[in-house]
Amino acid sequence: MSAILSIRGLRKSYATGVEALKSVDLDINRGEIFALLGPNGAGKTTMINIACGIVTPTEGEVLVDGRNWQTDYRHARTRIGLVPQELSTDAFESVWNTVSFSRGLFGKPRDAGKIETLLKRLSLWDKRKSEMRFLSGGMKRRVMIAKALSHEPDILFLDEPTAGVDVELRRDMWDIVRDLRRDGTTIILTTHYIEEAEEMADRVGVISKGQLIAIDEKKALMAKMGRKTLKITLSDPVEAVPAGLEEWNLVLEDDGHQLCYAFDSNAERTGIASLMRRLSELHIGYKDLSTRQSSLEDIFVQLVHAPEKAA
Amino acid sequence: MNVHGMAAIYRFEMARAGRTLWQSLVTPVITTALYFVVFGAAIGRHMADMDGVSFGSFIVPGLTLLSVFMQSIFNASFGIYFPKFVSTIYELLSAPISSLETVIAYVGAAVSKSIILALVTLATATLFVHVRVEHPLLMVLFLVLITTGFCLMGFVIGIWAGNFEQLQIIPMLIITPLTFLGGAFYSVSALAEPFRTITLFNPVVYLISGFRWTFYGVADVPVWASLAVMIAIIAVCLAVTGWMFRTGYRLKQ
Repeated sequence: MSAILSIRGLRKSYATGVEALKSVDLDINRGEIFALLGPNGAGKTTMINIACGIVTPTEGEVLVDGRNWQTDYRHARTRIGLVPQELSTDAFESVWNTVSFSRGLFGKPRDAGKIETLLKRLSLWDKRKSEMRFLSGGMKRRVMIAKALSHEPDILFLDEPTAGVDVELRRDMWDIVRDLRRDGTTIILTTHYIEEAEEMADRVGVISKGQLIAIDEKKALMAKMGRKTLKITLSDPVEAVPAGLEEWNLVLEDDGHQLCYAFDSNAERTGIASLMRRLSELHIGYKDLSTRQSSLEDIFVQLVHAPEKAA
Repeated sequence: MNVHGMAAIYRFEMARAGRTLWQSLVTPVITTALYFVVFGAAIGRHMADMDGVSFGSFIVPGLTLLSVFMQSIFNASFGIYFPKFVSTIYELLSAPISSLETVIAYVGAAVSKSIILALVTLATATLFVHVRVEHPLLMVLFLVLITTGFCLMGFVIGIWAGNFEQLQIIPMLIITPLTFLGGAFYSVSALAEPFRTITLFNPVVYLISGFRWTFYGVADVPVWASLAVMIAIIAVCLAVTGWMFRTGYRLKQ
């Protein structure tokens, strides 16, 4: 798949001495939903702001469809829409005016029909005459999306799109994002709601301390880094992991009622069959078995915090 | 060229002025009209003529400019400062619009507002004192140059300012005193030395003198010098604005 956006050797050091990005390389494929995960201060927003021209990088470049985003800034910026994390709006403007303003600012002629379609699609039509200051946080978030889409960009950056919104609205946002992708828009979203990335993303990148530490297809990442856990619910609780089961590194949980065995589901030998045989040999009875696949959240925590633990 | 972008900014700024009509037009016109009433119609009749022009008429160009200076700076500085204050500046910085187009749009809107203000103020002045304009086309040209210079200055202040107090400092503490001491109420030739020479270091003297010349054909300094100062103010402010955009000073991190 061809890259619609390429980031090459991007580095950003702020005047305060903070190194927000340390030589990041990243390709975003046309038409995908790419989730950029990272803890607060990891460099997600800095990367987006550089790509959108809001922050000046210390080094590196961004290519939009192969064209440099600074020397060919009109081409790049016309293609990109940004929904920032903060709800920054003109409090005294009406919804209609503020969305129309954005369309004009990005070089598109006035088109009442297109604005109407956009506002209806985002369930904002009834609020078109309302001043921004009278809207709820969720509605403001929708207006921010409408503003970003008003010039019909084919790359959309969503910086923490569901931060601080309720569950229902979050689901609505996800539907909107899926609709946009269906229409061919490439979406790059940053989030620290791992559930959001797990739900929507085609590919996932994990950024920590200014460095991309993992990037892959979501399913591949989960298969590669994910582990499964076998939970054995015992017939009778035990006080410690029974002798003779050392080689499986079992963990005792639920006040001695459950033995947990973490295994690699992709390995040729998972060790489950031998474990079950040994339990039988030791006359340890069990009444239930279940497995659990580690989530993207587990992988994220493992990626971001493993180096800290190792240190 | 992003004509639609420039038009969007221009319309946005003009709409903002429409919403704040009392603040941007009515209040400055009333304030200036009070000057005409007090210094023109009331006190003026007891004052000697200045350069052959009645005192009430003489102060009209200077007082009009006093109001124009202040509103030009306030309008242009607020136009660019407010998006910084409410963080909507991200949209401007990420838009496919050049710095020159941005300046033309913001400053163009501020100049339009200032010219409307000046014309309404002058029309109001005619209600209280006799006003004649000997060089109407040059009067409009000078007005455009002066408002452009001060709107550019306001734009620079708006980018520089880190809070609302800083927006007020230059117009209140520098421009107002320079205008009062720049011949708004008197002819520089009436001053004794060394004040007369010192006054000539005040650039506002050249602006008021040139503008007054378009009304009554009398000037404290040569008209070409007034024109040169107007162009110099525009050039300096344009250079500073260009530098601010090029370096991202107080606009980008």
